[in-house]
Amino acid sequence: MADLQKLATMLQELDDQMAACMKCGMCQGVCPVFAETMAEADVTRGKIALLENLAHELVVDAEGVKDKLNKCLLCGSCAANCPSGVRIMDIFLKARCIVNGYLGLSPAKKAILRGMLTRPKLFNALLDTAGKFQGLVTSKADEIVGTSCSRLMSPIIGERHFKPLAKEPLHAAVPSLDTAVGASGLKIAFYPGCAVDKFFPQVGHAAFKIFRHHGVGVFMPEGQACCGLPSLASGDMESFLRLVELNVKLFGQMPFDYLVTPCGSCTAAFKEVWPKFAAEMPSAIRHAAMTLADKAIDINAFIVDKLGVEVPTEAPKGGTPLTYHDPCHLDKSLHVTAQPRALLRSNPNYEFREMSEHNRCCGCGGSFNLYHYDVSKKIGERKRENIVASGAKVVATGCPACMLQISDMLSQAGDGIAVKHAIEIYAETLG
Amino acid sequence: MNDALIKEFEAIVGKENVMHAEADRQAYSYDAAVLEPVVPDLVVRPTTSEALGKTVRLCNENALPITPRGAGTNLSGGTIPGRKGVVLLTNSLNKIIEINEQDMYAVVQPGVVTAKFAAEVARRGLFYPPDPGSQAVSTLGGNVAENAGGLRGLKYGVTKDYVMGVDFFDVNGELVKAGSRTVKCVTGFNLSALQVAGEGSLGVINEIIFKLVPPPAANKAMMAVFDSIDKASETVAAIIAGKIVPCTLELMDKKTIELVEAFTKAGLPTDAAAILLIEVDGHPAQVADEAEKVVEIARRIGAIDVRAASSDAERNKIWEARRAALPALARARPTTVLEDATVPRSQIPTMIRAINRIAEKYNVTIGTFGHAGDGNLHPTILCDRRDKEEFKRVEDAVDEIFEVALSLKGTLSGEHGIGLAKAKWLEKETSPATIAYAKKIKAAIDPKGILNPGKIIGA
Ligand SMILES: Cc1cc2nc3c(=O)[nH]c(=O)nc-3n(C[C@H](O)[C@H](O)[C@H](O)COP(=O)(O)OP(=O)(O)OC[C@H]3O[C@@H](n4cnc5c(N)ncnc54)[C@H](O)[C@@H]3O)c2cc1C
Ligand code: SF4
Ligand code: SF4
Repeated sequence: MADLQKLATMLQELDDQMAACMKCGMCQGVCPVFAETMAEADVTRGKIALLENLAHELVVDAEGVKDKLNKCLLCGSCAANCPSGVRIMDIFLKARCIVNGYLGLSPAKKAILRGMLTRPKLFNALLDTAGKFQGLVTSKADEIVGTSCSRLMSPIIGERHFKPLAKEPLHAAVPSLDTAVGASGLKIAFYPGCAVDKFFPQVGHAAFKIFRHHGVGVFMPEGQACCGLPSLASGDMESFLRLVELNVKLFGQMPFDYLVTPCGSCTAAFKEVWPKFAAEMPSAIRHAAMTLADKAIDINAFIVDKLGVEVPTEAPKGGTPLTYHDPCHLDKSLHVTAQPRALLRSNPNYEFREMSEHNRCCGCGGSFNLYHYDVSKKIGERKRENIVASGAKVVATGCPACMLQISDMLSQAGDGIAVKHAIEIYAETLG
Repeated sequence: MNDALIKEFEAIVGKENVMHAEADRQAYSYDAAVLEPVVPDLVVRPTTSEALGKTVRLCNENALPITPRGAGTNLSGGTIPGRKGVVLLTNSLNKIIEINEQDMYAVVQPGVVTAKFAAEVARRGLFYPPDPGSQAVSTLGGNVAENAGGLRGLKYGVTKDYVMGVDFFDVNGELVKAGSRTVKCVTGFNLSALQVAGEGSLGVINEIIFKLVPPPAANKAMMAVFDSIDKASETVAAIIAGKIVPCTLELMDKKTIELVEAFTKAGLPTDAAAILLIEVDGHPAQVADEAEKVVEIARRIGAIDVRAASSDAERNKIWEARRAALPALARARPTTVLEDATVPRSQIPTMIRAINRIAEKYNVTIGTFGHAGDGNLHPTILCDRRDKEEFKRVEDAVDEIFEVALSLKGTLSGEHGIGLAKAKWLEKETSPATIAYAKKIKAAIDPKGILNPGKIIGA
């Protein structure tokens, strides 16, 4: 447990950032949660006002503030559109840690964040035998936390149309890799992320195919740990730091050019979130962690920008209609929007159709989906309507968390639209 | 607030639309004005007209102050519940009831978001011109209650120029109907006008009838750079004297240009004293002709650079600079005090010189941009509110800006309203008799003083 003095310093730091919010209210226009609930406490301006009041001891009900704070997708739409440039994601993540520090983690959260996510081998073993796992946590479904990866536990919850766990997770099919550098002259470390590993191993296999085709040397160590985003989203700094350390140990030793991930959330975690917490990291690992952060790159961006793939400028016509959903982490945090579309253009079997509101959040938001399924579902339904209206038969995206949410929505409605990762579409073109 | 009363509100609007938890109430204690927040006792969100009327009535019966609230973006404290009571949310009353293309009017509920309405109107081939900078989130009820302006004021006027009728609830929850769907209407007092800029202190708006106009067929944007504010102002005067009424005529001063350039790196000349951004619209032939004249006028008066956009992309680029003004200013310091002192057009150079003198005198940073064609300036003071000493200087500077604006026969507020922020100044601009007259109207309409009390006239 972080000590109180530390928490106070962090609070002070937040006050400076929060003062930058001019209360203009423009965030109301882009917040997907506000669009559904129309409640000011659910939008950034309200959350910041509440946090300021908490910082100045004007609120008595800290639990109430915590609930509002958690009712957020961490999608970053507000941050991307804030005229005042408020560093909203810094505030939200750090505030979650601070508030949680005061109020403490619930035992169930602790069990998952500290007991499982920080022990990758155990976590994998449990999920490999999902039945057993089910028996472990069932009763406290809504206590389960996390961001995108929280959905890993989701098969046990409710009557949703969950994507079943893959028959053979990626780590079972390919436990580890260390291949030689080929034509590309590049060596990468591959970080599939929990959701690709356990739900969409085919995305991992597509990545391997692409790496092989372009002669990319791949280093994929066994026992990869979570990127830490779920821990931070739950305000658990301790688990987060533990995960950073695990990843640093695993990857820090190896020489490679890029840390490539097919998960928008994981890339954003490494690249955007880790540096925000550099000051919290023990000095022994800080430098290595920042080097990893620096090397992290989204797989679409890697293929297009670093492998120099030749992409037709004209979109092919006449194939299966296909559309693309911009994951928040790729669009709003990493500004990766052109590259996945370029990959889609490379496959002549598809005809691209931009959907309306293509970069509007799908409503997954990790644990948000668990705690606020009703709101999450409404946001997801709007996404589904836009997908259907585009006339597409396939929807591609760049983040497995979005793939889960969109699959849920499309499957509940029985739309018969396939959900794929953009790199799968590209991989189809390679012999 | 006692439980029995809360139950009565719940019976009217449904349990989910009554908020009494601390965190919920605290989120309705502020708006976009830089003022102290005040936490209401209760927040009520009617979803039907009927429930809106009943809510007003119940408040009056219990002498509970009502603060109507749309998006809460006003810059004058109009939605701060100064005397607590009930914050009445209108954002769920958000239906566009009718858009009549033949008769060119629309009927809307007060919670419809301005930009959504404008987009829907455009989709039907018509045009709703008022475009406040907050239009992506502001509500039409809030626009009427503040008589919001925007960038197109010079040619197209402001919100009030589009209000054909307003239905509103009086303090007893009875529906008062005013105006009509016809172009002409002289039946009785112009009661709609009471709601325009009324800031919710003379009734609660239930429905609005808006006039719509045909959209212009073409437009052209221009940018002119000056080495003196006088030349920029002379250009504005010459354009209008030349019988050209641009739809938009925006000005940015030196400080604003510097900050916008630092923020966007768009290549603005930072040694310039002023930039004018101009757009003319209308029939294509007229647009071409007027644009040519505007360029010629700016050159003649001595602009160091004049550019006319020749494509949509170039037009966008020109307006990007203007759109960046507020973000650039807002990022410079934590607190952004956005004023809107307005003077007769010809007084702009005097006003800007006065603002610069005031900035120096009180040692505060002020960037000024705004609607040069309307004389409506936005001197924007950049500071840190948490620094008490600095903020005192800011408040003194604001007072002096008002003094100067009034001495130039201007007004305290061109479009942001009076609310709590400027109530103490109103008598100075008007007269004691004006305030007394307004107070009598208010007392007659609202004997218990529950309709947004304390705003505008302090009653
Ligand atoms: C970034 C930014 C840019 C802005 N740009 C402009 C601009 O260019 N031009 C301009 O004029 N203003 C501008 N404003 C100010 C503000 O957006 C306008 O005053 C707008 O009209 C307020 O609309 P709202 O829905 O937020 O109303 P609110 O702030 O919620 O309310 C405004 C007033 O209306 C009253 N009210 C609301 N609904 C009702 C109702 N149904 N019945 C009776 N009273 C009601 C409230 O009590 C309050 O007094 C800007 C503000 C910001 C933050
Ligand atoms: S848009 Fe930014 S500055 Fe404006 S209220 Fe939201 S967070 Fe604050
Ligand atoms: S991060 Fe997304 S959900 Fe959270 S407040 Fe911002 S826009 Fe809303």
